[in-house]
Amino acid sequence: MDTAIRQNRPRHGLLTFRRLYLDLALIGAGIAAFFLFPDSLGFLTRVLIMIIMVLSLDLVLGYAGIATLGHAALFGSGAYAAGLFAVNFSADPLLGLAVGAVAGAVIAFVSGLILLRAQSLTLLMLSIAVAQILQEIASKERAITGGSDGLLGISMEPIFGIYAFDFVGQTGYWYALTVLTAVFVLLKIIVASPFGLAARGIHESAERMRAIGTPVYWRLVAIYTLAGGVAGIGGALSAQVTELVSLDALGFSLSAEALIMLILGGLGRLYGAIFGTVIFMTIHHLAASVDPFNWLFVIGALVLIVVYFLPEGFIGLPARARKLMRWSP
Amino acid sequence: MNIDVNIPVLETTNICAGYGDTQILNNVTLSVSKGEKLAITGRNGVGKSTLLNTLMGLTDLHAGSIKLHGQTLHTLPPHKRALSGLGLVPQTRDIFHSLTVEENLLSGMKNRNNIEEAYALFPRLKERRKNGGAQLSGGEQQMLSIARTLMGRPDVILLDEPLEGLAPVICDMLMDVFFNLAADGARTLVLVEQHIELALEFSDRMLILDNGEIVFHGPTETVRADPSILEQHIGLGIMET
Repeated sequence: MDTAIRQNRPRHGLLTFRRLYLDLALIGAGIAAFFLFPDSLGFLTRVLIMIIMVLSLDLVLGYAGIATLGHAALFGSGAYAAGLFAVNFSADPLLGLAVGAVAGAVIAFVSGLILLRAQSLTLLMLSIAVAQILQEIASKERAITGGSDGLLGISMEPIFGIYAFDFVGQTGYWYALTVLTAVFVLLKIIVASPFGLAARGIHESAERMRAIGTPVYWRLVAIYTLAGGVAGIGGALSAQVTELVSLDALGFSLSAEALIMLILGGLGRLYGAIFGTVIFMTIHHLAASVDPFNWLFVIGALVLIVVYFLPEGFIGLPARARKLMRWSP
Repeated sequence: MNIDVNIPVLETTNICAGYGDTQILNNVTLSVSKGEKLAITGRNGVGKSTLLNTLMGLTDLHAGSIKLHGQTLHTLPPHKRALSGLGLVPQTRDIFHSLTVEENLLSGMKNRNNIEEAYALFPRLKERRKNGGAQLSGGEQQMLSIARTLMGRPDVILLDEPLEGLAPVICDMLMDVFFNLAADGARTLVLVEQHIELALEFSDRMLILDNGEIVFHGPTETVRADPSILEQHIGLGIMET
C-alpha cells in the first residue's frame, strides 16, 4: 500500500479488535508497571497524570488543530482549584476531581472565547499570555495560593472513604491509573463521535465545515472547553497525589514539554499522547539522573530525529518499519 | 438583467461580491424557483464559482441581497445558511482525507439518520465506507462530496463543476443522480458547468456569466434552438453528436 495512503488511513475507529487489544495491552502495562517498579510509583504516577494533560492537548491540537503553547493554564487552574477546594472545603478526592475539571473547563471557555478568534502565531502568543497572566495572579495572591512557595496543606481523605493515600504512593498510582483509563475511554468515544469528527473536519477545512452547517467557532470553543476539563482533571490529580501545587503547574515549561511529548508520540491519535509522554518522561528521568545539567541535549536530539525521520511521531514507527522491511534496493 | 420565475426559492438582488476589495460579481440578480434545474455557464474566471460561494456566504458581499424561501440569507454566516436549506458541493470537493467515507458523512451531522439515504443514492460509498478519504478515486470523492452535502437535506443544492475531470461513465452516473434528486420537484438544483452539452441536457434554464455579470438567461430550449447564443457569449457551439 502506498505510504501516503497508509499515512492518511483512518486512525481512530471506535472499537476495532486490533485497537481493543492495544487498549487492553496498555492497561495491562499500567498494571504491570506497578509490580515491576514498586520503588518508582511516584514517578509513574506523574507519568500517568502527564498523559492526561497530553491527551487533552491532543484533543485541542491533534484533532482540532488549535495551536497552543499555554495548555498549562488549564492544567494549573484545575490543580489550584482542586487544591484550594481540598484545603478550604472538602478533601474528598472525587469531588476535588470534579472541581478541577470545572475549573479547567471554565478557564478554557472564557479564554477560548478570545483565543479562538485568532489563528496561527497570534493564537500561540495569546495562549502563552493567558497562562502567564494566571501564573502571575497565582504568584501575587500569596495569601490564597501560597505564591512561589506553592499551595501547601493539602491532605486528601481516603477515596470512597476506604482507600487512604499512602506515603509510598500505591493508592495514588491506582487512583491515577483508574482516572486515566476513564479519561482515555471517554476521549475515544468523543473523537469517534460526530462531534470529534467535526473537530477533524475543522482541522482539515474550516470553510468546508461551515458550508455543511457546522458553527466552527463555537465548535472550537466547545472542544477547547472539553479539553480544559480534561486538563483540569489532570491538574486536580496532580494536586491530590503530590499534595502540593506550585507555580510550575501554570508555567510555560510545562506547556512546552507537553507539546514536545505530543510531537514525539504523534498528533491526532490519542495513543501518540500516551507513547510520547512515556518516552519523554522516561528519557528525562534516566538522562537527568545521569547528567542533571545536560539531559535536555538528549531530548533535543530525540525531537530532531522524530521531526526528520518520523514526522508522524513514534506512533508511526510500525508503519515505517513495515515499509523498510518491504523495501529492496 | 432579471429573471422572473414564479414561487422563487432563492433570490438575489443586485449582488456585488468578491474576495476582499476585489469585486468579481457585478449586480447579479436572479431568481430560482422550487424544483427548477438551473445551469450556470461561462468562460473560466467569469465568476461562476464566486456566485455559488457568495450564495453560501464564503465571499465578501459588497452590495445586494440574497433570500432563501423569502427569508434574508445574506446576513447569516455560512453554517446558518446551510442549516436554512442551502447546500454547496464545492469544485475542490474538500474531502477530509484523514476520515473514512462514513466519518466524512457524519462529520457535519448531529446524528446518523440520513446516512442510509446517502448510501442508497451512492451504493459505491457504502461498499467503501471504511476506506479513508485519500483512498478514493476522483469519482468516488465527488460522490462523497455530494453525499456529504445531501446529509444536511438541503432544499437548494449548488453544484460547482461536479463533473470536472471525471470519466464519462462517472459523469453519466452523476447526471442520473442529479436527475433523481430533482425528480420529485422538491429540490432545486443549480449547476455550474463548463461542459455545455451536459449543462444543456441537465437544465430547464440557462444562465451565462461574463465578467461577473449575467449576459444571458433563458430557457434551455432557447439555447438549443439558437446555438449562436453560446457562440456569442462563450465562443462555443454545440457539438454535433
